[in-house]
Amino acid sequence: MLKRTALFSAHQKLGAKLIDFGGWEMPVQYTSITDEHLAVRNAAGIFDISHMGEVTVSGAAAEEFLNHVLTNDVRKLTPGLGQYTLMCNERGGVVDDLYAYRLSGEVYLLIINASRIEADVAWLDAQAAKFPRQSELRLTDASHNYAAIAVQGPRVKEFINAVIPGTSCSAMRVNCVTDLKKNEVGGFHFEHGSVLVSRTGYTGEDGFEITGPDETIQHAWNRIFEIGKPFGIKPCGLGARDTLRTEVCYPLYGHELDEETTPIEAGVGFFVSLEKGKFNGRSVLAEQKSNGVKKKCVAFKMTDKSAPPRPHYPIWAKGASVGEVVSGTQSPSLNVGIGMGYVPPEFAKPDTKIEIEIRGKRFAAVVVKKPIYCR
Amino acid sequence: MSNIPSDLKYAKSHEWIRVSGDTATVGITDHAQAELTDIVFVELPEVGRRLKAGEACAVVESVKTASDIYSPVSGEIMELNKPVTDNPALVNTEPYAGGWFFKIKLSNPAELNALLSPEDYKKQIGG
Repeated sequence: MLKRTALFSAHQKLGAKLIDFGGWEMPVQYTSITDEHLAVRNAAGIFDISHMGEVTVSGAAAEEFLNHVLTNDVRKLTPGLGQYTLMCNERGGVVDDLYAYRLSGEVYLLIINASRIEADVAWLDAQAAKFPRQSELRLTDASHNYAAIAVQGPRVKEFINAVIPGTSCSAMRVNCVTDLKKNEVGGFHFEHGSVLVSRTGYTGEDGFEITGPDETIQHAWNRIFEIGKPFGIKPCGLGARDTLRTEVCYPLYGHELDEETTPIEAGVGFFVSLEKGKFNGRSVLAEQKSNGVKKKCVAFKMTDKSAPPRPHYPIWAKGASVGEVVSGTQSPSLNVGIGMGYVPPEFAKPDTKIEIEIRGKRFAAVVVKKPIYCR
Repeated sequence: MSNIPSDLKYAKSHEWIRVSGDTATVGITDHAQAELTDIVFVELPEVGRRLKAGEACAVVESVKTASDIYSPVSGEIMELNKPVTDNPALVNTEPYAGGWFFKIKLSNPAELNALLSPEDYKKQIGG
C-alpha cells in the first residue's frame, strides 16, 4: 500500500497523474511536464514535498553530534540559518544529502530524502549509540508530523507575503517572509497554526519551502493557489521537479549520489568542510581532495540530434565506453538533450567531446560547465 | 475524453491502423499521446524492414520516458512520416492525422481480424 500525503485529494481533484515514488503515491504531472517546468522558470509553481523526511536533533551535544555525522560545518549556522550538507559513511560514500537548519540554540531540523528516511534514521541512531555525549542528545524522526510544499519561481516573492502575512515568531526574526534571505528559515503564524518557511528550493529559482502540520499545509496549498493565480501559478509534479533540478545540476539521491560515491566525486565538495576536525568519512574525502578521484560527475549537452539521454546509457570517449549517464532528459528550457554522468577525470573538463550510446547507436555530446542552465 | 475514430482498428498496445487496399497507416491513439504527454522524440523503423505483428519497431520519447511502439500487423515498411520526426509534437496535436508513424504493406491481412474495434478499444481504456 503506497503512502499518501495530506495533499493527496487535492492532487486527485487537479487530475494529476500519480506514480510510486519511494513508496509514496505522488503526482508526476498535472498537465504537462514542459508547461509546469516553464511556469517555474517564468512565473511560479507549487510542489507537494510532504514525502520528504524531517528529523529533529536537539540538546547540548546536538552541534557536536551533527558536526561528526555531516560533512558541512554546522558551527556556521546561527539560529534561523540552514545549509546544504551530506551524511557520509566511513568510506566517504553518501548515506544521504540533506538540509540542516538551526531553529534555535540547541535545536536543529534535518530535511532528508523520502527514499532514505529509514536508512538515515537507522544510521543516525547507530551513530548516536556510539556517541560519547549520547545523554545530551535527542533524535526524533518527525516525518509523520509534517507536510510540506515548495513554492518556486521568479514571481513568488510578489505574492508570498499575502499568503503568509506578518512577522516571524521563531528562528530567523524578520518583518515578512520576503525579508528572509537565501537559506534562512523563520517560523510564522498561519491560520490557526504555525509553519516554518525557508528561502530554499530544488529548482534553481527563487522560492520558499513551507513545512507544517497536515491541516495547516492544506490551507497554505489552497491559499497559494488563490492568491498566486493572477501571477500564473501552476501545480507542478515530480516530473518538472526532476527536469528543473537536472538543468541546474542539483544531485538526486539514487542518481548522482549513493553509498559508493563520495561528495568529492559527485562535485559537491564545496559542502565538505575538512577544516572542522574529525567527522565520518573525513580521511577518504581529504585524500580525494588532495590526490584526486577516479570518477567525476559531469554535466553534458547533446550536440547531435538524438533521443533524450536517460540514466544508465553508456558514455563513450576516444572510442571506448568510459562511464554511465545517471540523470538525463530533454531540457524544456533549452530544448536539447541534457544530463549528468560519471567519467574518469581526464574526460571531465568542459568542452570535452563525448558520445552517449542510445539504443545501440552513439550520438555526439559535449561536457559543459555546471549548471547547464542559468538565467 | 479520448477521441477514438470509428473507421480505424486498434491494438491493445495503443496503436491505431488505417487500412487502404494492401497497405496500412499506423500511429498511436489520442489516449496514448495524452498518457505520454510532451512527446519530444520519435524514432521510426527503416523503410524496407519486415515486421511481425506485435514486434517493437519504433520509440516515442516524452520528457520523462521512452516507450516502445509495436506494429499491429506483419508486413514491410513502405513509407515513413518524416515531418513527425522533425516535429514530434504532431503526435500530441494530431495523433490521427499529421502524427502518423509509418505505412506498412500487409503480409497477412487476416491479422486485422484480431485487432480491436473502436468499441472494444474504448472499453479497454475505460472510456
